[in-house]
Amino acid sequence: MTPDFALFLILALVAVASALGMLFSKNAVYSALYLIINFGTVAVFYLLLSAPFIALAQVTVYAGAIMVLFLFVIMLLGAEQTGRTPARWWNQPLALFLGALLLVEGVYLVFSQRSTLLADLAPAEGFGGPITIGETLFNQYLLPFEATSILLLVAMVGAIVLTRRKARP
Amino acid sequence: MPSLAHYIVLSAVLFTIGALGVLIRRNPIVIFMSVELMLNSANLAFVAFARAYQAVHGQIFVFFVMTVAAAEVAVGLALIVAIFRTKQTIDIDQMSMLKG
Repeated sequence: MTPDFALFLILALVAVASALGMLFSKNAVYSALYLIINFGTVAVFYLLLSAPFIALAQVTVYAGAIMVLFLFVIMLLGAEQTGRTPARWWNQPLALFLGALLLVEGVYLVFSQRSTLLADLAPAEGFGGPITIGETLFNQYLLPFEATSILLLVAMVGAIVLTRRKARP
Repeated sequence: MPSLAHYIVLSAVLFTIGALGVLIRRNPIVIFMSVELMLNSANLAFVAFARAYQAVHGQIFVFFVMTVAAAEVAVGLALIVAIFRTKQTIDIDQMSMLKG
């Protein structure tokens, strides 16, 4: 077993374990903290896959901004504990069955195809770095990039409108 | 060296855990986090394919997915705050009325 593969296995273990921790934590704050671990390990996977720009964007946008927003709302609402209404008894077994079915289906589809070995191809010089990403983004994908800015503006206005208190008459 | 298939299987496992989170949990904030986990696993698959096929376009797409996820979280959490203000609870089993 090469060191690369051992690293992959350990990181995959951490990623799956933290995802399961997020799923089964009773307290929503713990779920959020487990999810931050998961995002961190996925960022390391991006580094292994020679995508340094995406890895750092993952850390700043996902593990930083988005999770701070989550933690802020959890603590603002005091929504740490899960719902108190009893679940229907068939809810959880059905969900587990459907999830297992989805996983088996996905893994079967992956292994029924011919897979490309990542080791066969060495990445080009500077592949996935800020320079190549920026060149592609601002030449070929300029219009989608501008559309994203409008999307973010709309989301910002929407969040403000939704949370604004109505003025009492 | 892990192959593309390893990364895709890991992505599938993370996606399944996210889907289970949406189905099992009843705290809408945790459901949102599970949706983020699913988006993240799709991003992992994108980056793995970008590496395997030596195409930077997959990484550009991940960039766009991150933007959409940020916008979605901002609006979704604002919705949750607004619902909490009117109903004083965010249990999704209580959100069964169209007009509160």
